[in-house]
Amino acid sequence: MIVTKEKRNLILAGSATGLIAVLLVFFGNPKNMGFCIACFIRDTAGALSLHSASVVQYARPEIIGLLLGSMMISIIKKEFKPRGGSSPLLRFVFSFFVMIGALVFLGCPFRLILRLAGGDLNALVALFGFISGIIGGSILLSKGFSLGRSYKQSKAEGSMMGVVALALLAILIFIPSLLKFSEKGPGSLHAPVALALAGGLIVGILAQRTRFCMAGGIRDVFLFKDSTLLLGSVMVFVVALILNLFTGNFVLGFAGQPVAHTDWLWNFLGMGLVGYGSVLLGGCPLRQTILAGEGSSDSAMSVLGMLVGAAFAHNFGLASSTSGATLYGKIAVIIGFVIISAIVFVQLKNKK
Amino acid sequence: MEIDARGLSCPQPVIETKKVLDTKVASLRVLVDNIAAKENVSRYAKSAGYAVDVAEQDDGWLLTLEKA
Repeated sequence: MIVTKEKRNLILAGSATGLIAVLLVFFGNPKNMGFCIACFIRDTAGALSLHSASVVQYARPEIIGLLLGSMMISIIKKEFKPRGGSSPLLRFVFSFFVMIGALVFLGCPFRLILRLAGGDLNALVALFGFISGIIGGSILLSKGFSLGRSYKQSKAEGSMMGVVALALLAILIFIPSLLKFSEKGPGSLHAPVALALAGGLIVGILAQRTRFCMAGGIRDVFLFKDSTLLLGSVMVFVVALILNLFTGNFVLGFAGQPVAHTDWLWNFLGMGLVGYGSVLLGGCPLRQTILAGEGSSDSAMSVLGMLVGAAFAHNFGLASSTSGATLYGKIAVIIGFVIISAIVFVQLKNKK
Repeated sequence: MEIDARGLSCPQPVIETKKVLDTKVASLRVLVDNIAAKENVSRYAKSAGYAVDVAEQDDGWLLTLEKA
């Protein structure tokens, strides 16, 4: 294998990201949840009282850090480009269902990797679902599905997501009484604010520089036989695995895994929906967050779609618990597949 | 031949490029306007045996791919 500069950077960034993820758990985050974009956006939705599941409410500084880190580094590197207008509402809907799928599985692709690195075999089942969803979406993309072009937008439009992140950080630090904080459950487990923010900032910077994407890595292997982007995810896995083995956090098995359930079919389908939606959107939840920081208001719509999806997931009992997927969650995943597919087929038909 | 991939999000610029390169053209120009597309199209073209010349334009890049 020739190690190009891009590959070297992804290896370094992936390794650093795996290390930070394990450190955040060491300093207080829930197990196998150093990072989880879906869970953290869900917790943030809870902190803002958009849902009232009392165990998952906390304005996660990691999300704020990711947005601000990506924004700062893209401005410094002159890569901050306000763009938008590529089917914003469809992106909102796709992301809504990506969040539903993630909360039926209990994790985004990032946490999928961390769960695997912790020995959680339910995540292996979900990985097959994720890959299947990505392959399905990739085929539709190569058949010509497109959400359309984006266009240049104003600086105000492009920087709004960063402003929102800053405002949330200010509220978290100066007027926390406005927010909800879980007293028990995953939402009550968190690293100190400064560390979580620093972790988010560093990973945000690294992910912006390397275009790191969990869905894109698998997609590129399938579509172009190119494993460059996949290296990032592989290194997160390898480094987190090694550190978990050394610190006794590696427990191999299906049952009793932290913040997980053993409903294999719904782990498979939930993550399948995440892969399917993500690849059609052009990136996993982490990549959407990074792009939102870089000035993409289309990706900002994705972040908002995930935020609202998370609120719906808890307000209507769609999110799984450690005892398994709920009936309504299962129905919502099926609806997600149907709606996204219907949108894709209508678009493809109109193109001809 | 020229592909205008401006405003398209990845992987579409690469898919469009691949479709044309698969027909074994001697050269192809691709217009892109985001960094990820510039990098991904360049990487794909190189792996397909094309030399890539990158010229910066006011709002993006013109990639010229020549069969090496």
